[in-house]
Amino acid sequence: MTSTSTPTNVRPLFTEGIPGGAMWSMRIPRHRLVRLTALDAGANVSALFYNALHPLDRLNLPDTLKALHTAKLTRGHILMTDMGHALASITADSLGWHDPLGGHINAAQVAAKFGLHNYQRYRNDFYRNARDNFLIELSKYGLGLPDIVANVNFFSKIVVGDDGRMQLIPDHCPAGASIDLRTDMDVLFLLANCPHPLTVAGDYPRVRVQIEIFPCDPPGPDDYCRNFRPECGRTLALTERLYL
Amino acid sequence: MSTLVYTESKLVPEDAVYRETIPAGDGWFHPVKAGQSLRIVDLEGNQAADTFFFNEHDLTERYSAQDTIREQASIYLTTGTKLMSNLCNVMLTITADTCGRHDTLGGACAAESNMVRYSLDKRFMHACRDTFLLQMARSGLPVGKRDLAHNINFFMNVPVTPEGGLKFDDGVSEPGKYVEMKAEMDVLCLISNCPQLNNPCNAYNPTPIQVLIWTP
Repeated sequence: MTSTSTPTNVRPLFTEGIPGGAMWSMRIPRHRLVRLTALDAGANVSALFYNALHPLDRLNLPDTLKALHTAKLTRGHILMTDMGHALASITADSLGWHDPLGGHINAAQVAAKFGLHNYQRYRNDFYRNARDNFLIELSKYGLGLPDIVANVNFFSKIVVGDDGRMQLIPDHCPAGASIDLRTDMDVLFLLANCPHPLTVAGDYPRVRVQIEIFPCDPPGPDDYCRNFRPECGRTLALTERLYL
Repeated sequence: MSTLVYTESKLVPEDAVYRETIPAGDGWFHPVKAGQSLRIVDLEGNQAADTFFFNEHDLTERYSAQDTIREQASIYLTTGTKLMSNLCNVMLTITADTCGRHDTLGGACAAESNMVRYSLDKRFMHACRDTFLLQMARSGLPVGKRDLAHNINFFMNVPVTPEGGLKFDDGVSEPGKYVEMKAEMDVLCLISNCPQLNNPCNAYNPTPIQVLIWTP
């Protein structure tokens, strides 16, 4: 676990607060630093990543996890596509564990856990879900259901027992927790600030998350993520071939 | 490792309506109708059968690894596991398993992931993702790379440690071990019999598997 990787006197190029339940997406050029900060405790941000220029080149968590020999995500790890490319490197992480296993919540699961809160009655406090949020945001780029693959859940932790049992750890994320991602290619980044599908929260969580984008240097030969494992160096080398 | 539970099937090969051997490095893309049982046999032991499913009538509905493991709250697939779709419907249920544990975290090998995992000069080795793509392209069906998500690795053992590490352990399969599943909807089953030569999971010796189908 480490604190943030950029000096506090660098001003963000962009800042936005994302309310609980909301969706967000942006095409982000390579070599930017994207910081997600949980403004309240108990955050969960379901996230998908695509090569912005060629969305068939997209996040592949099995490829990422087996290359890194990990079932969690933290500093040093690089999110990879199914074509061996680096989407983003985790350059700082105050939590030490983000979930790549649990998937994202859909409308039926939200209704079963929290009840039906539709727009007609609750206006913009209606209960949104990550699946529908993803479908809406993906549609804006000409993408859709076939493009939804296994997602990351930032700020959440699932531990696995010897017998394979999965357990979501409650109270994993305090207010102020943050993670820094360096984009290693031009990425399309989608997120849904929605409850984890295994949450045991009694009420629909309304956790605010802040996203900031900073300028960032390209990873040099001594970059922490590049040297984290040999696989990391190779995925960055393959990605650099996209920009010859 | 926790105790593995083995479940035998009552179905006998002589009654199967379909029987086919798939050599290592080859693929298979074939319908399995609702109610039919599909058995995959690891003929020579510790062979990875990379397997994926589509709803035959709606090809945007497909097997989902994350939904499958989350809905049963376990990362391992074995008897009783419901193989879930991306729409959270049950596609198939595993009804017999003499291996005891199967993986769905590790995905399929690919030319590109071999370059990342092993060395940049591994690009030209045969890989499961290429078999999947070729099977889909040859089928004439409107499916391709965009429709391919994360698969099952039948007969592979990929444990997760309490610290969040992912291990590629020695296989728990042996010659003749099998897994059997009943289709809960009409599905198309896509298999790549893994040609991986870089990984000790199959003792660097990819071997044939057999598929059988029974009609109730």
